[in-house]
Amino acid sequence: MPTSPPSDHSDDGSKSGLSRRRFVGYVLGGATLVVAADLRLGTPAYAAVPSIPQVPEIYDLEDAQVDAGLATANLIKIEVNKDGTAEFSLPRMEVGQGITTSTAMIIAEELDLPVSKVTVKLAPARPELLFNQLTGGSNTTVSTFTPIRVAAAIAKGALLEAAAIELGSVVTRLKSKAGVISAPNGKSVTYGELAEAAASKVVKKVEVELKPRSEFSVIGKPVKRLDARDIVTGKKKFVTDLDIPGALPTMLCRAPGLNGSPKAVRNLRVVLAMPGVTDVTMIDTGVAVRAETFGQCIDAIRALDVDWGSGKVEGEDDASMLAHLRKAELPLVVPKVPILAGQVEASFEFMFRSSAALEPNCAIADVRPDKATIWAGLKAPIVAQGHVAEAVGLPLTSVTVNVVTGGGSFGHKLFDDAAVEAAKVSKAMAKPVKLMWHRADEPRQGRMHPMATSRIRATYLAGQVLTFEQRHTSVATDFSHGFGEMIIATAAKLPPGAVGLGLSETIFTLTQELPYNFGVVTQLLSETDQRFNTGSMRAIYSPDVACANELVIDMLAKKLGKDPLAMRLAFLKDARIKRVLQKAAEVGKWGRPMAPGTAQGIAIHREYKGATACLVEIDCRPATVNRKVPNGVTGPRVTKAVIAVDAGLVVNPAGLKAQMLGGLSDGIGLALTNSTHLKDGHFLEASWDNYFYTRQWNTPLEFECVVMPPETDQPGGAGEAGVPASVAAVACAYARATGKVPTRFPINHNTLSFEPKPFIPSVPESPVDGLAHTF
Amino acid sequence: MTEQTFILNGKRVSVDVDDDVRVLWVLRDVLKMTGPKYGCGINVCKACTSHVNGKAFNPCSVRVGDLKSTDEVTTIEGLADTADGDLHPMQQAWLETDVAQCGYCQPGQIMAAVAKVKQAKAEGREISDADLDEIRNVCRCGTYVRIREAIKAGAANM
Repeated sequence: MPTSPPSDHSDDGSKSGLSRRRFVGYVLGGATLVVAADLRLGTPAYAAVPSIPQVPEIYDLEDAQVDAGLATANLIKIEVNKDGTAEFSLPRMEVGQGITTSTAMIIAEELDLPVSKVTVKLAPARPELLFNQLTGGSNTTVSTFTPIRVAAAIAKGALLEAAAIELGSVVTRLKSKAGVISAPNGKSVTYGELAEAAASKVVKKVEVELKPRSEFSVIGKPVKRLDARDIVTGKKKFVTDLDIPGALPTMLCRAPGLNGSPKAVRNLRVVLAMPGVTDVTMIDTGVAVRAETFGQCIDAIRALDVDWGSGKVEGEDDASMLAHLRKAELPLVVPKVPILAGQVEASFEFMFRSSAALEPNCAIADVRPDKATIWAGLKAPIVAQGHVAEAVGLPLTSVTVNVVTGGGSFGHKLFDDAAVEAAKVSKAMAKPVKLMWHRADEPRQGRMHPMATSRIRATYLAGQVLTFEQRHTSVATDFSHGFGEMIIATAAKLPPGAVGLGLSETIFTLTQELPYNFGVVTQLLSETDQRFNTGSMRAIYSPDVACANELVIDMLAKKLGKDPLAMRLAFLKDARIKRVLQKAAEVGKWGRPMAPGTAQGIAIHREYKGATACLVEIDCRPATVNRKVPNGVTGPRVTKAVIAVDAGLVVNPAGLKAQMLGGLSDGIGLALTNSTHLKDGHFLEASWDNYFYTRQWNTPLEFECVVMPPETDQPGGAGEAGVPASVAAVACAYARATGKVPTRFPINHNTLSFEPKPFIPSVPESPVDGLAHTF
Repeated sequence: MTEQTFILNGKRVSVDVDDDVRVLWVLRDVLKMTGPKYGCGINVCKACTSHVNGKAFNPCSVRVGDLKSTDEVTTIEGLADTADGDLHPMQQAWLETDVAQCGYCQPGQIMAAVAKVKQAKAEGREISDADLDEIRNVCRCGTYVRIREAIKAGAANM
């Protein structure tokens, strides 16, 4: 293939400018075929540019992430092996969202290889990738789609060239299918047989054309998770399943107050003499115990007598924090409206919520005098590498960070709390450690979605909404995982409305969009109080903001005498979102007769280069609300849910549907049941029987997800897109079923449905009566 | 330390560990049997659900000293061997329904599902939505609806 001048890509002539398919990549030197593309080949940032109004419509967080990636010059490589398989190390983190499967599909498509012959591993921390190794903001496919395709297309090109020589033909007459290249005379050769012949001794720059969408046979068809068999047989390995020599179980005894530190251990000798215990060491976040088994760590933690420093939020509780937020609220400044205009005013409260996954925070660390090695589930491994280096006093180049597939994330694994802790403990003990948080530590000391308030005032006159003002006020969201730096790096390219804001405000401005024709719209964020361990939980601000907005839209509909669906259709600006709304309404049979105490709710969300609509039916009748489940929260039940989603070009519809169901499960919990209670300077929740994430008894009996056919060649985000519309739809349905608009979320928060576990010792004892509860 | 012996996935195992170490840690930390997961340690999240003598139990809440030498413990790794075929029908149903996301809770979900279906069958009835509502295993990815579909499909082949 001829070498072309180094232009990044050229238009293939399409007037839309969206089907740019010619790109430049490389064949690298190697024993077998190795190809590469520059990860900077992100999707064109400015796809659809509608009329002015809000910032996200022209430049949203996805664009910021794509453009941040553009600042780095780095190659991602695909290798073709002699056994006919292709191998790729994805510089992103698999936490259940299915990106290893969808990435294998993208490679399979462009390389004409069966999906089962593509191996996708997770790349270790690659500092040179800077912002391009951060998994967040539902951005993986948005930013890696094109570069991965380019690399795969180059591999196919090189294989075809080698095959032409092998088969005595010319490239244009050859056909590639399922890893085999055949010539018109019937002769054929496999990719495996060509892997060496197609290899290059030197780096060659080549130009390729990507497959047009019309020829896709893999992308867009549902593919089951590639790791499913390992999962159902127990073979899939998570961090604590790894057997790293000498890395014994290690846990921390933590302070009774939030973010308190230990001052002294009063019974060190006693604890060191306990069965299995090898080491006890104090670090800033607690007293670490290393033992033969985690069970013995738990016993040792319970036996420790520690002199604790005070917590960082002593005396604070839910009410005092809400009062702080109220003081920090920015004023509503409604522009002049005609004197006859009506007004809707509402104020909502969103309580603290834990972002913990089912796999608790964990990391393995082996810190030696001259080097450190970490194994952890990290969505920002480069940032973690820096934090570990700093924590143990080693140069960055002496720290290796291995990225392990995670047992869920929801924003939690953007942070490296466990990796840094493990490194500190390993250094202090001079031994490898397998560090795991106890479940009790997660809601009490772990990352959470900050408490927030959302105040809205809207005015209307003669069937029109004239103004819509929102003031969102939140306990500070911690963006120190690299997301922040990434956004700042793009600042020069940010549109005018987003310049000059603080980091959180920038992210808020880049993500929040009220896609309705509501006249003068302002949505502002203010944040206060940095004492809490917060993070960007799935969809960051959007679930709370959408919940508040959509409730107010139902209130406006009532004032204007409109049905909630008709109201939305009348005021929505964008055809894409109207399409998903109409689809959800149609599939969910919007407006069907409902018994008293039950109702439908419908809501939309526009973000991640896509659109989502959710319709739910809720049962708030006493017989349902008061049903009993031991140690569980029942309450209203969502009995049916329909989500229609337009996520742009969808790689794996099966994966997208899974993300939508997960988003719905989150939305139900956020609206109805899951929160943490702050009292006397610490959070009361200490386990899954305190923190009421959606369970089987809260799950709808009917669920349907409709994936809209793509109207664009650009993939959108999937991982978070299901949450905001879901929480909003559940809240709207609840308001309609009960006739009362809820103002505090989750709705169950005012009832403390459990007996708080003690704070000293910091972890509960494991029961011994398990054999009495078999079934 | 005491010698503990029981049957694990059809094979007799003996380990030297104190009586009060919970079975979960004997399985995971001593025997390196990592299918059962830790999610809470207090018999709440059910991620470690395995079987003892064919019934679901949570090894995080059983002292190893309370296991008899004749007790048969089955973890997800040994489930397939308890039925005909390459995989247990419930595992097969899980694959066909594409249930899993991150996969962390799924071994426990499958073990609970098998026991729940057997319990219903022993009572002479099909698995119902009310039975499914009783399953306590937490899935933080929120795959609950697909879990319900898979259990019904798996039950049909058990």
